[in-house]
Amino acid sequence: MKFSLTWLKDHLDTDASPAEIAAALNRIGLEVEGMEDPAERLAGFRIARVLTAAPHPDADKLQVLTVDTGEGDPLQVVCGAPNARAGMKGVLGLPGAVVPANGMELRKSAIRGVESNGMMCSVRELELGDEHDGIIELPDDAPVGTGFAEYHGASPVFDVAITPNRPDCMGVYGIARDLAAAGIGTLKPLPVPQFAVSGACPVEIRTDDAQGCPAFYGRTIKGVTNGSAPEWMQQRLISAGQRPISALVDITNYVMLAYGRPAHAYDTAKLTGAVVARRAADGETVLALNEKTYTLTPEMTVIADDHGVHDIAGIMGGEDSGCSDNTSEVLLEVAYFDPERIGATGRALGLTSDARGRFERGVDPAFLDDGLAILTGLILDICGGEASEPVHAGAPPTERKTVNYTPCLAETLGGVAIAEDEQRATLASLGFEVADDWTVTVPTWRPDVDGAPDIVEEVVRIHGLDSIQSVPLARKDGVALPTATPQQVLERRLRRAAAARGLNEAVTWSFLPTADASHFAQEGQPLWVLDNPISEDMKAMRPSLLPGLLSAARRNLDRGADGLRLFEVGRRYFRNADGSSDERLTLGVILAGDKSPRSWAQTVNGGKSAAFDAYDAKAEAMALLAEAGAPVDKLQVMGDAGDQFHPGQSGTLRLGPKNVLARFGALHPLTLAAFDVAGPVVAVELFLDAIPGKKGAASFARPAYSPPALQSVMRDFAFLVPASLPAGDLLRVVKGADKANIVDARIFDDFRGAGVPEGSKSIALEVTLQPGDKTYKDEDLKAITDKVVTAAAKLGAELRG
Amino acid sequence: MPSGILLLCVARRLALAGVPMTELQNRKDTSLSAIAAADTLDAVEALRIDALGKQGWISQLLKTLGKMSPEERQAQAPVIQAARGEVADALAQRKQALEHAALEQRLVAETMDLSLPAPDSPRGTVHPVSQVMDELAEIFADLGFSVATGPEIEDEWHNFSALNMPESHPARAMHDTFYFPDHDADGRRMLLRTHTSPVQIRTMIEGGAPVRIIAPGRVYRSDSDATHTPMFHQIEGLVIDKDIHLGHLKWTLETFLKAFFERNDIVLRLRPSYFPFTEPSVEVDVGFAVEKGADGKDRRVLGGSGDAPGHAWMELLGSGMVNRRVIEMSGLDPDEWQGFAFGVGVDRLAMLKYGMDDLRAFFDGDVRWLQHYGFSPFDQPTLSAGVGASA
Repeated sequence: MKFSLTWLKDHLDTDASPAEIAAALNRIGLEVEGMEDPAERLAGFRIARVLTAAPHPDADKLQVLTVDTGEGDPLQVVCGAPNARAGMKGVLGLPGAVVPANGMELRKSAIRGVESNGMMCSVRELELGDEHDGIIELPDDAPVGTGFAEYHGASPVFDVAITPNRPDCMGVYGIARDLAAAGIGTLKPLPVPQFAVSGACPVEIRTDDAQGCPAFYGRTIKGVTNGSAPEWMQQRLISAGQRPISALVDITNYVMLAYGRPAHAYDTAKLTGAVVARRAADGETVLALNEKTYTLTPEMTVIADDHGVHDIAGIMGGEDSGCSDNTSEVLLEVAYFDPERIGATGRALGLTSDARGRFERGVDPAFLDDGLAILTGLILDICGGEASEPVHAGAPPTERKTVNYTPCLAETLGGVAIAEDEQRATLASLGFEVADDWTVTVPTWRPDVDGAPDIVEEVVRIHGLDSIQSVPLARKDGVALPTATPQQVLERRLRRAAAARGLNEAVTWSFLPTADASHFAQEGQPLWVLDNPISEDMKAMRPSLLPGLLSAARRNLDRGADGLRLFEVGRRYFRNADGSSDERLTLGVILAGDKSPRSWAQTVNGGKSAAFDAYDAKAEAMALLAEAGAPVDKLQVMGDAGDQFHPGQSGTLRLGPKNVLARFGALHPLTLAAFDVAGPVVAVELFLDAIPGKKGAASFARPAYSPPALQSVMRDFAFLVPASLPAGDLLRVVKGADKANIVDARIFDDFRGAGVPEGSKSIALEVTLQPGDKTYKDEDLKAITDKVVTAAAKLGAELRG
Repeated sequence: MPSGILLLCVARRLALAGVPMTELQNRKDTSLSAIAAADTLDAVEALRIDALGKQGWISQLLKTLGKMSPEERQAQAPVIQAARGEVADALAQRKQALEHAALEQRLVAETMDLSLPAPDSPRGTVHPVSQVMDELAEIFADLGFSVATGPEIEDEWHNFSALNMPESHPARAMHDTFYFPDHDADGRRMLLRTHTSPVQIRTMIEGGAPVRIIAPGRVYRSDSDATHTPMFHQIEGLVIDKDIHLGHLKWTLETFLKAFFERNDIVLRLRPSYFPFTEPSVEVDVGFAVEKGADGKDRRVLGGSGDAPGHAWMELLGSGMVNRRVIEMSGLDPDEWQGFAFGVGVDRLAMLKYGMDDLRAFFDGDVRWLQHYGFSPFDQPTLSAGVGASA
């Protein structure tokens, strides 16, 4: 909401400076988003008289003027305006002045070889309007040499953000009332004019939709002349960011901006029969003033005549019955529309307007008569004519709410003790009536106030929130227990563990292009797809963290990155059976490009760069699962990581047959192709929700342990096994062959080739044995070896000689 | 017997044994000088054999002792033993010197160019948003706030209606909501939460009162420019108790912001505002000055009153006393319980503290950016070491 200081002073008697007013507005909750002083913008522009005008020697359309600036010798100015002529007065920009419209600084220059010492300006160049047919022509009495800002009456303009609860402040008058309550001047009485009326309204006005339009007041004015609005009104509208159109339109806009009261003027000549507020018929259309056609539904209220709809009630007038230069009689509409209806209609049509903004927040239902009178008075003054008697169709809901208030609430809720007298005075100045027992009657223009906390807000904001003193929250007794849930602790721990392993944490969008999301979708889990995405690239909620990371990897590789280690901790989005959201905390890892770069050191991959492989993915998965406290020894590697993965180089890590804690491996070449990434790329997804939490009550003490007194013993075994046997299976049975003695086993060789039959492989293990009380004797070792060999044999393993 | 005579006797007896004293002396000198001159370990070994080997001259002399009379032995043994000791020491010394020289030579040959780079372990980083979330959790833990979470795909009721924004409420339009075509079992339209405030409702419904929580997380609004992204992060604070008022809110915000920015001179300005879910509602500004950083770039530095010379106010967060209707809809009695809530942008806090200037870069995953603005995993915020991680 923008308004000038001059406009404000129509309603507020004050000597406060613009800065004081701005500070007060901020203090009482009317946030000043900007303040602009046109005097500053117009500095360097002054009133000048053209003394002579002669054709430019080298340009047909230019003239060379000599101009009297009120001081010193006349200046020579080159001008292209057709209306520039000797004797006229206009606005001259001197060198150094900045043209408001384009920010250009004027300089002494030569235009086609002729010196020019400034610029005669048009309305548009000074941003005073749209006109650009020629330079500004000022009346003869304009004082030459005076600064144009001063002459023009430029006034500082406030740009105030009005919160949606304050429709009363969507008019200058309401803002003046708030300022007066805050001690910035005195509110002037409403200027309700007296004028003669002649005869009944010749147009029948009716409301057939008492719910959507409880009240429709109106009257006609005949014999009007619709020219331009007077200069002062145009200036105010421009300061408010409105484009002047014609006197009748401008006056309705002016009343809306000054009093927060939207109104509409119909050209009576374009109406047929009664003008009625009613529900729209299904499919009925209207061409609105924005030159778009809207198709209406029966939930919408319209103003119509015998021929059709002329107004989407409270939102936008129709093109067909709008006022034009030829309008000689108008029908004024000052109505009260149901806020919810207006909001719903506006949303359904996707149509916003200044009127809708006010009606849906709630205009003052008791301001219909005065609003109509003020509107009529302005039209009679400016356009002439004769007003009919007013017509009142329906009645607005003017019943006033009451609130039971207790003055101590200012302290117990608002945190500041305010004297009762002050509270009464504040409420009274805002239009509230306070009874002796503190029953507060709410003014009709405050639809937002309906409870005691609202009253607290009123008295506290006018008193000033800066007087609220900080009061510490009570510290809870006892030991500070962890404030994070186990899953939050897990998330934090894994994030830092991943970073400590050299991975860079990324945060990628939760939404993806639908194709990317589909590529990673899970069977039986339809994607969440937005109805109104901001772009097609942000449409479907991710079913996996990998597509987002993969796209980030592509962007990095495209920028020339060599090796990428990215991870993210975030949610995947699925559905519960009841339609609610099932969001699962997940850690995703992408390893792409070079694992290690070319190196001078031959010991690292012979000095050549190395790519990541599925084992790197497994290493991350296992390390992070271990950090997460998962029983990594009990995990089984199984297949079925998903179609997105290389079928022979990927797997899942499961605890039991069903609980998948992670999937890992090389991504499928087709996945890489779909994401336009050069491979190989390996990936991990850790499903944090699947990792079992600690059981039982938290305990700090660990199980008792003392290192064994006797040294452990190593034994190597080499087995021939079928090439298809997972080495991990062999490892598991060997480890389990004699749990009393075998404390560890490690595979250190996987060999195929000379000496190993076709279809077999040789797996060598190093087994660590831990003696208890006594050192092993030969027969003990023999017995253990036999157990290992027997256990391995069950998998078809044969001890190599 | 005078000592002179005894000496004579010894000399004579030695002579008798076939090794005159002078010869012993000579042989010893010869051995010692040969040892000193030996330049290989092999030569030293040869000299050892020559002197101390089974057939070595000292060994031979020692063998003669057995055949001597006790007197002779008593006289000769110390002399021979002394010579043996002297030669053995010389051998050992020479050997050690030669070994040492050889080792030194080998080490010289083993010299590495240590200006070559060592094998590199990649440096990992924590994203600034996560770091700041951890910092906030730490600060608020000290104030007794637990961390709560809720779904990002919400229903209309939790995101709007329960927060006193019925369907027709104009404030809904200000939220630029992303909607799904789906509805939940209660027929409520599903959407992406526009703020973390629905966690207030869920927390009160599930846990009742009193409440002291923060709720960090992703939120979504259909908005995109240099300072707005369609996804961003918020942290919600909620305190519900018997006698909580705006003074407690002010203290909590001051305490949190001072702790977060690690500055005692943080000054807040409270302005009346409007949020449907709070009444009264308070917008909070913080004073700042523009200062030139070490990199020569202008930077907003929080601290001081916005009204002080060279300072201004910036909007930082929205807050207020929880609206009675919200408390009621969360199943609590608003005559018994009251409290405050606030919401603040986490990305914004990160930018103000750590100096990033483009929000969009947060979500691009550019490793150069992540490594520049990211944090070491060991920068875990703690109260004792300071919650902030210095540059």
